[in-house]
Amino acid sequence: MSKEKFDYFIKGEKGKYEVVIGLEVHAQVLSKSKLFSGSSTKFGADPNKQVSLIDSAFPGMLPVINEECVKQAVRTGLGLNAKINNFSVFDRKNYFYADLPQGYQISQYKNPIVGEGKVLLDMPYGSKIIGIERLHLEQDAGKSIHDMDPSNTYVDLNRSGIALMEIVSKPDLRSPDEVNAYIKKLRSIMRYLGTCDGNMQEGSLRADVNVSVRKEGDKNFGTRCEIKNVNSIKFMQMAIEYEAARQVELIENGKEIVQETRLFDTKKNETRSMRSKEDAHDYRYFPDPDLLPLKLEQQLIDDLKKSLPELPDKKKERFIKEYGLNVYEANVLVSEKDISDYYEEVAKLSDKKLAATWMMGDLFAMLNDRGLDISKSPISAKHFAELVQSIKSGEISGRIAKEVFEIMVESGDNPKKIIESKGMKQQSDPKELEKIINEILSKNKDKVDQYKAGKEKLFGFFVGQVMKLSGGKANPQLTNEILKKLLKG
Amino acid sequence: MADITNQSLNEIIENVKMKKVSSTELTKAYIKNIESAKKLNAFVTTTFDQALDKAKQFDNKPNFDQLLPGIPLAVKDLFCTENTKTTAGSNILNNFIPSYESTVTKNLWDNGSFLLGKLNCDEFAMGSSNETSHYGNVINPVGDQLVPGGSSGGSSSALAADLTPATIGTDTGGSIRQPASFTGTVGLKPTYGLCSRWGIVAFASSLDQAGPMTKTIKDCAIMLESMSGFDEKDSTSINKKKEQYSKNLKGNIKGLKIGIPKEYRVDNMPKEVDELWEKGKKILKDLGAQLIDISLPHTKYALPTYYIVAPAEASSNLARYDGVRYGYRSKQGKDLIEMYEKTRSEGFGDEVKRRILIGTYVLSSGYYDAYYLKAQKVRQLIKKDFDDSFKIIDAILTPSTPSSAFKIGEKTNDPVSMYLNDIFTVPVNLAGLPALSMPAGVDKQGHPLGLQLIGKALDEQKILNIGYAFEKNCGFKNEIKKWWS
Repeated sequence: MSKEKFDYFIKGEKGKYEVVIGLEVHAQVLSKSKLFSGSSTKFGADPNKQVSLIDSAFPGMLPVINEECVKQAVRTGLGLNAKINNFSVFDRKNYFYADLPQGYQISQYKNPIVGEGKVLLDMPYGSKIIGIERLHLEQDAGKSIHDMDPSNTYVDLNRSGIALMEIVSKPDLRSPDEVNAYIKKLRSIMRYLGTCDGNMQEGSLRADVNVSVRKEGDKNFGTRCEIKNVNSIKFMQMAIEYEAARQVELIENGKEIVQETRLFDTKKNETRSMRSKEDAHDYRYFPDPDLLPLKLEQQLIDDLKKSLPELPDKKKERFIKEYGLNVYEANVLVSEKDISDYYEEVAKLSDKKLAATWMMGDLFAMLNDRGLDISKSPISAKHFAELVQSIKSGEISGRIAKEVFEIMVESGDNPKKIIESKGMKQQSDPKELEKIINEILSKNKDKVDQYKAGKEKLFGFFVGQVMKLSGGKANPQLTNEILKKLLKG
Repeated sequence: MADITNQSLNEIIENVKMKKVSSTELTKAYIKNIESAKKLNAFVTTTFDQALDKAKQFDNKPNFDQLLPGIPLAVKDLFCTENTKTTAGSNILNNFIPSYESTVTKNLWDNGSFLLGKLNCDEFAMGSSNETSHYGNVINPVGDQLVPGGSSGGSSSALAADLTPATIGTDTGGSIRQPASFTGTVGLKPTYGLCSRWGIVAFASSLDQAGPMTKTIKDCAIMLESMSGFDEKDSTSINKKKEQYSKNLKGNIKGLKIGIPKEYRVDNMPKEVDELWEKGKKILKDLGAQLIDISLPHTKYALPTYYIVAPAEASSNLARYDGVRYGYRSKQGKDLIEMYEKTRSEGFGDEVKRRILIGTYVLSSGYYDAYYLKAQKVRQLIKKDFDDSFKIIDAILTPSTPSSAFKIGEKTNDPVSMYLNDIFTVPVNLAGLPALSMPAGVDKQGHPLGLQLIGKALDEQKILNIGYAFEKNCGFKNEIKKWWS
């Protein structure tokens, strides 16, 4: 793969500006019950059906930490190559809102469960490390629904109290593409770990985006704005582009950038001021007296570390070494655990390189068309491997393989059966091919003469005729060889 | 038989066991007392019908092996009781009926007792005279002009007036011990974490602790045994084996070392309180205990520390009373913010508002370090004072309060003088220790005064034993004339 140069700058009248981005990703923890109560976390239940007395903050109710959520946070921290803190503290973040029943969110402020870590990105211009500042556990709020009634707001507390991991990056990202790669990498790691399903449509992964700009080469950061609660990569990218351009324009016009919280309006594709730093909430953080500090035994951390699955970075290296894939192929095939599992099953039973090519080509295109995850693929890994082997052995041509593939998708049959029942096997018997070719040559004596006289373009015509007569089954390589030999004679 | 309601809980239990009185007769006797004591305003809610049903059930199928067989009990209205209104003394919970039972009350019912009614208290347990209750002030049976103490003032009043054989309160800075002292009764604040906080309307989570209020030390042991125990629903609950406090009650205190802290002799303390303390020391010494002068040097910072920590936690704990999901909601207010403002302005009383404001202030950015963080550090020093002392002594003896019950209205316009009433009780909450207030005598007006025994963490048995020995030798008798009926 050719190495490109990083080139994402905002061009102003007075020079080029670098965009500096930091993300606070909110990832919903995969767990059966909420962070401090036994209520279910299942998505899509009727409003207020998964709400305990604790989630709705009835008098005298007390939080009790869900151990599984703690383990999930530790696993995620380990997956981010981060320091796990043996001692962390839950704090109350106090503010009033209708969908925040306690009047405070239980979060972690000064002592998070996970400290500094790093995430590796493969960009076209080389690999890049993005620093992780911290990861902490906190409760999600409920949902306010403003558009069901003209004069009332409805509140759904199903989400209230679900565990979130807030993963704070360092301001190391420099372009919307890097943000895209970073989010995808985070999601991939968490899905490998089984700690977050990464489903952005259902809100399991959202981010606050911090954006600032500075003249190319400047050492100091510019004033940043925080864009709250963006829930798709596309919107993050759009918001960053808009926000960076806005900030550059302000600077170029000699105006100040005000540090503030902004909203991204997805309909108008613009960011708008939500509140300035002066109006910022005073959250009055203090340690939650209802909960003891969280003390993790080193043994627990070590055990969790031992039980971690192979993560994408390691797997990528192995795929390159073990299967002879290039970096690009390896990156694509390890991006999702299900994809890598599928690939490994196929590769075990067939040609490893050819399997990668066909998976990334026809299989992915088909899944994409149908909006399917690989786990729902109509073609099993075993059948797919058989198809790859049929191509590799010369039993069928690539062109026929595409037809077989289509039939496999529709019927779910194995390729052998399809090839046999439809007589799609490639004609690779030299004697049979010679017979066909001789027949064509004798029928087209004039063209043979023209060819011999130097009109070599006609070679393609003969190939076409052979294919036509053989019903597309003639082995193309063998056809070429025999044709050449006979045309010389 | 003679009036059973002026007996101790232990005597009543014995009478029930010997079938000298049925649970129904007992319940009816208390109902009669309660109905003729409305002037005291000790009850917010009564549950007579329900109590009589339970009494009947017990009498039909008695189980005399229980700790509290067929005993009707009234409890402070800070404990959530299933299907019975729970107000915490506040207007903001004037219509709140919990669908759940607090762990502590459930423990009591599981031991054979049942609910007689809910007792008045200072609003959200914030007060030292039961004058901050939305449901009116409570009168001390000792005298019609006197406060019963607070915040468990309904509890102390009802107990002293024979309206319940025993009761429970909560103690965040003295709310069990001070009212016990004011009414000539026994009150115990257990070690933090001994009784579950689950289902108790929270005031200050790191200080709140439920405890028994009784007529005698033995009763106190029975009640503590019934109400305490590990609860996995409370993360600060202590996981330890249950103790049999009443069975293990011993009157022999020979050789125990009793610490006398010099810092508890405060300026302007009435001479009678000092004399009472001397009397207490003498009794314990005569019983074979050894008196040791100790110093708890950070005591003077306890009150200011308490009045930072407790309001800080309260300001956050009370944020949930917003009119959205339950409780009082103002009909005024055109948007969410205005609804909050009106609801909380109309729902909370002045003292609660004062503490929410103080708490919000001390947690604010820019003030946090100077107040809240500093207070937490001082709190550790106060705790360390006790830890150091307990290396050489078994318990500490102090007065419970700097004075006897004061007059209704006497301190309502002077919050600081009201707060000063907690000066001897507050350090114990900050340190999370158990402390017992036991009646020890009367002042020259004949108003009861109490002495406080402070123990090591989880050393309830020892301070109960000392109290038991003291009680036998003190000769105090609570002589309350039933002027109200």
